[in-house]
Amino acid sequence: MVEPREVSVLQRKAEEFLQIFRKGEEFTQELLKENERLRFRVAQLEEGDLASRRTDELTVKNLRERIALLEEERDRFLARFKEVEEENKVFASKYLEVEEENNNLANLYVASYQLHSTLDFEEVLRVVQEIVINLVGAEKFVLYLRNERTDELAPAAAEGLNMADAAPVLVGSGIVGRVGETGESFYQESIPTFQGVDFERPLTAIPLKINDLVIGVLAVYKLLVQKPGFSPIDYELFSMLAGHAATAIFSSKLYSQSARKLSTIRGFLDLLRERPAE
Amino acid sequence: MSNVLVVEDSPTMRQLISFALKRVPGTQVTEASDGVDALKKISGGRFDLLITDVNMPVMDGIKLISLVRKDPNHRDLPIIIITTEGADEDRKRGLAVGANAYLTKPIQTSSLVKLATDLLGGVAAQLS
Repeated sequence: MVEPREVSVLQRKAEEFLQIFRKGEEFTQELLKENERLRFRVAQLEEGDLASRRTDELTVKNLRERIALLEEERDRFLARFKEVEEENKVFASKYLEVEEENNNLANLYVASYQLHSTLDFEEVLRVVQEIVINLVGAEKFVLYLRNERTDELAPAAAEGLNMADAAPVLVGSGIVGRVGETGESFYQESIPTFQGVDFERPLTAIPLKINDLVIGVLAVYKLLVQKPGFSPIDYELFSMLAGHAATAIFSSKLYSQSARKLSTIRGFLDLLRERPAE
Repeated sequence: MSNVLVVEDSPTMRQLISFALKRVPGTQVTEASDGVDALKKISGGRFDLLITDVNMPVMDGIKLISLVRKDPNHRDLPIIIITTEGADEDRKRGLAVGANAYLTKPIQTSSLVKLATDLLGGVAAQLS
């Protein structure tokens, strides 16, 4: 037989147990909820991670494409830069050519201007000498003029040497004479380092021609110390001298002859006027 | 405006130098045929650059430069020598007497233009 006191103890214990059991139940339910929430969160995160991975891959792909494009662009720029550099070199060399051409044209312009600036024979010879000294850079040279009657080339002007030392040259004889005969310029193949004067062997001999008629020869025997050899402009100047100097010399000669004749005729006419009528 | 005095007995060279100096902007050229003529023109005007030959009648370029350098008013005047004399001792003599630059004939007009521009540029910098 259970006593009432024992019953009450048992009831209290039963209630305590029930309370603990309910708490356990609540706790279990809370755990289940939390578990569910966490699973949901994990699912969310997994989904987010996937999306972000997809985004990253896309970004990387885009960046790779951009890098490829930029590299292509860089290569294009490098190629263009090289092209521009080459063009620049070409322009620089063309600029130098133009400068040289400009220099040559200035020399030719001044030389021809001066040659045709006078009709005085002596003045023309002086201009030819100035051109050969200052523009060509010759130190010793002789300007021979052709004498039609004797068929000789006689020195008419000289620079750097005594004109008396330069003997007249027969047309066809020696280098100067042959240039006078053929009308073809002569250039020594190489300019000797030590340039003594050898009248038989000038450094160059240029015919002064009007059409095919050779009226004289310019023979250069020595260049200035700072002039190592002939440059392209010298050949241009010689070519210009061959024609223009010849014309200038010829026309000034004709002019002085005609001026002399005019003076003689005037004197004769004056004499006739002064003569009393018979 | 920069005033340049070109002293040369050869009309051909005077014309060539004056022609070349047309490429230096704002330059006015006065010509003289020898040293004495140049001194007269220097005393009667203001020049920013003197270009002179050496071998000239009446008075040569070396004498001209030495007289110009003795004048306190022209002690700093830039001077270029253009001559046929290309030996080292001639160059040294020209620079020693007071020239700023020494060019030998035949000249490259582009070199003269560059040199004149540089020397006149120096003058312009001093004035400014």
